[in-house]
Amino acid sequence: MITYKADEFDIAVIGGGHAGIEAALAAARLGCSTVMFTVTMDWIGNMPCNPSIGGTAKGHLVRELDALGGEMGKAADKNTIQSRMLNRGKGPAVHSLRAQIDRRNYSEYMKHAVELQKDLDVKQAEVIDVAKNGDFWDVTTKLGARYTVKAVIFATGTFLASKIYVGEVNYNSGPDGLAPSMDLAQSLKNLGLPLRRFKTGTPARVDRASINFSELEIQYGDSEITPFSFSTNAEDIDNSSVCYIAYTNNDTEAVIRENLDRSPLYSGDIEGVGPRYCPSIEDKIVRFADKKRHLLFIEPCGKNTEELYLQGMSSSLPEEVQIKFYRTIKGLENVKIMRNAYAIEYDCIDPLALSYTLEIKEHSGLYGAGQFNGSSGYEEAAVQGFVAGVNAALKIQGKEPLVFSRTDSYIGTLIDDLVTKGCSDPYRMMTSRSEYRLLLRQDNADERMMPTGRKLGLIGDKDWDAFLLRKEQKETEIARLKATTIAPCQSLNEYLQSVGTAPMTTGMRLAELIKRPQLSYDALSSWDKERPCLTIDVREKIETEIKYEGYIARQKSAVEEMLRLERKRIPENIDYAQVGSLRLEAVEKLSKIRPENIGQASRISGVSPADISVLLIFLEKYKNGEN
Amino acid sequence: MAERTIAAIATSLGEGSVGIIRISGTEAFDIADKVFLSVSGKKISDISGYCALFGEVRNGEKRIDEAVALKFVAPKSYTGENVVELSVHGGTLLVKEVLRAVLTAGAVLAQPGEFTKRAFLNGKMDLVKAESVMGLIKASNTSELRISQSVHGGGVSKQLNAIEEKLVSAAASIAAYCDYPEEDIGQINEETFIRELSCVALSFEKMLSEYDAGKVLREGIETVIIGRPNVGKSTLMNLLSGQTKSIVTDVAGTTRDVIEETVMLGEVPLHLADTAGIRESNDEVESVGVSLARQRLESAQLVLAVFCANDKLTDEDIKLLEECKDKPLIVIINKCDLGEEIIGDFAKGTEIVRMSAKLGQGIDALKDAVARVTATENLSPDSAVLISERQRDLANRAMLCVNEALNCIKSGVTPDAVGVCVDEALACLYEMTGKRATETVTEEIFRKFCVGK
Repeated sequence: MITYKADEFDIAVIGGGHAGIEAALAAARLGCSTVMFTVTMDWIGNMPCNPSIGGTAKGHLVRELDALGGEMGKAADKNTIQSRMLNRGKGPAVHSLRAQIDRRNYSEYMKHAVELQKDLDVKQAEVIDVAKNGDFWDVTTKLGARYTVKAVIFATGTFLASKIYVGEVNYNSGPDGLAPSMDLAQSLKNLGLPLRRFKTGTPARVDRASINFSELEIQYGDSEITPFSFSTNAEDIDNSSVCYIAYTNNDTEAVIRENLDRSPLYSGDIEGVGPRYCPSIEDKIVRFADKKRHLLFIEPCGKNTEELYLQGMSSSLPEEVQIKFYRTIKGLENVKIMRNAYAIEYDCIDPLALSYTLEIKEHSGLYGAGQFNGSSGYEEAAVQGFVAGVNAALKIQGKEPLVFSRTDSYIGTLIDDLVTKGCSDPYRMMTSRSEYRLLLRQDNADERMMPTGRKLGLIGDKDWDAFLLRKEQKETEIARLKATTIAPCQSLNEYLQSVGTAPMTTGMRLAELIKRPQLSYDALSSWDKERPCLTIDVREKIETEIKYEGYIARQKSAVEEMLRLERKRIPENIDYAQVGSLRLEAVEKLSKIRPENIGQASRISGVSPADISVLLIFLEKYKNGEN
Repeated sequence: MAERTIAAIATSLGEGSVGIIRISGTEAFDIADKVFLSVSGKKISDISGYCALFGEVRNGEKRIDEAVALKFVAPKSYTGENVVELSVHGGTLLVKEVLRAVLTAGAVLAQPGEFTKRAFLNGKMDLVKAESVMGLIKASNTSELRISQSVHGGGVSKQLNAIEEKLVSAAASIAAYCDYPEEDIGQINEETFIRELSCVALSFEKMLSEYDAGKVLREGIETVIIGRPNVGKSTLMNLLSGQTKSIVTDVAGTTRDVIEETVMLGEVPLHLADTAGIRESNDEVESVGVSLARQRLESAQLVLAVFCANDKLTDEDIKLLEECKDKPLIVIINKCDLGEEIIGDFAKGTEIVRMSAKLGQGIDALKDAVARVTATENLSPDSAVLISERQRDLANRAMLCVNEALNCIKSGVTPDAVGVCVDEALACLYEMTGKRATETVTEEIFRKFCVGK
């Protein structure tokens, strides 16, 4: 094939999805000349699956990304059509923001954002080859344009050698009828990247007019809204749309069971591994046979469309079966499918090949982000895009890498899980994946991440000053609550008894009173005259830090313990085969993953505490040998 | 850097009938072949594992003794490495000479506990088991031996597995409830949850109390004998120790310093201290003795307060009783053979034993009382108990976390906090069984091992 030298950039980003956008924006904002390739200019930041952003732990990721200077939170706020804080009542650690998004508007917002970004070129082109060129990498498009770059970020999503399955029918295609990247997959195999196949799926989109809503439960947005972005005003968010709840029944199950043999998952056509945490409806019915009914949410795809998304009902059964089982559901008896459900299989890398900066260890200058790294979800993709983009830029500029830890963020937890434990199915973030979840809350994402974002130069003065003010307000108020004593009085005692807690007999510090599970900060306002006027997010932070003070302190000491192990660095050139007494499995795993420190090594599956003891003893000897 | 091949005498030194030298490591077979010559001419390297050869051990050209060589192949051996055990005739000098030959042939002398350390490092046993091996080696009395054997048999590990299962299931149900708000996963069933966690807390509590009682059996208990002068304290001491240690006279105040002895009373080792009779005295020497006695009383874990049956209760007696009311206490009414003047009511609520130390009467009653007071009465040394401070500490921390989780639920704190407490309890448990590594664990445990095992 004839190629021509087209241009040179610092960084090339392959893919214009949620990972690619954040990678390209971050790299360009840090001053690197960047090019982003997308198969179509019309679907930058597409949501080929659910028309929503956030959810448990995913909401945390978006807020952390926002505090670092990422784009997703702002874009989501601008295009929200319904906002809810999940898990209210289950505690601040698991409060998670989730918003329904106008899919087309979101894409348009993101397209414009990347177009406007200085130092960022956006090109519609299919990359078919990535090859080493001395200290550089050559990126070649289908039309023969060759770009020479210092770093490449793969953000290929579900497009790499992707194949769609609907019953017995299957064909190579990306989502929403977009072209798959077949040649690039071959090129990466030639480079020797450890690729494997994952699978995911999506439910049908149906016509609003064909649904009988009188049979369905309605679900509204929250009355009081928290935005994703720390720079968004809650009043600016559109919260006017509603969702609906429906249930499967025995008939649904019967139709699916009758046709299981026509599912490519059960016939063995699909080799890719699907997400355990987001199973198709046929998977749910087979695996949880004792469950009588399954829940589905009917969600709008946007303001200017009649398409509705059937969350919880993804399927790879034949189209005729889909129509049949969707129509067994109460309210959906006459439903009309506009886009059918399907499963999609794609190539991705074994994330154990990645370092904490998301660079591929064996190929300096190549980075991965998002589904390419084995994760699932827009939010997981976006944060990885950011980390890859920032680190590619920092490396080119000869600066220290930016590495997050399990102890500071969900971003760090996500990346540590991927590069240390790997994943055997598409990785989804969950709050239970973080052992420090009372510290890593969505409400304090700004305190945890914004100083880093500011240092990178991605947080402007206005946001930074607002952050400092919030922090100061919080600290002053907590100090006041701890120092102020409130005297018992009749009205207060009546209130205390009415909510089921003991009346006061002597004076008490306000902070002590707030610690009672039955009481909130806001509820005591009538008896606390000197209270300053604070915004809801500051008030919530205050309440959380007082109420959970003891638990927070415990988690902080656990963090210290973890950091002690993390500080024990393992020399890069260590030859594990030469460390006596390590079990064979441990030698293999350690040699493959090459952990950076003892903490990381201890989390590798297949490495036992005994192996860690051996390593510690070896390191001790090694250190002595050096001296 | 491969680990060196190590060797040591695996049996205790002395006039035993058989002595075993254990060699462990990659080069164990080659080293053994250098010192061992079989009658059949076969080499240890050539025979298959778990076979024995008969022959002789040599140091260079010099024949030392007849020997049986037993071959174990990695990983199926005590240490998980290649192992050869040479059995020779017992006797300190002979066995030492064989060891010297093995060391000359290229092995290095094993550090204290190194065989077991390697066994642990090679995944042959978990930490709890490894600690119990240490217990077995150090066992100085039969109760201690039986406890170590029980733990080595895996009793503790089994109990811990059951607890782990319950905690994991609790943690998982909270995680599912919090992470999947949009699935119709029901509310956490508070009642079941509390029941399961209470059960876990109780297991830990039992383990801890058995640890304390077990510790009494293993390590004995600091016991002080006190009483007014001349109530028969020294006679009691002598009765217990079976020999005359304290000087017994009819003169009050004869024992002026503290006399010590360790005796076995039933299953319980008592570290006895006989003290000067406590009274106000003008005698300078006696006063020093009295103040020593008071110090002993402070630090004692068990007090045997002796009173005289044929005397009336004195103010001094009452004062004495007052002084030890916060201690585990047994009241001994001695000299019962001389008739009983004293009114038993004075020590109501405490263990009272009537005896005549002089005639050896009442010793069984005392034995039972000691068992009751030290809570070792119902403790079967065969029931599994924790055996190290490290384990106790972790079990205690785990129990506190579980209790905290229970408090959270009962007082209405949100499930995220409950989850964090359960997670922490699990982390303690993992550390206890060695499923999770901390840097100090290995060092701390193996520091205490003795050579040979």
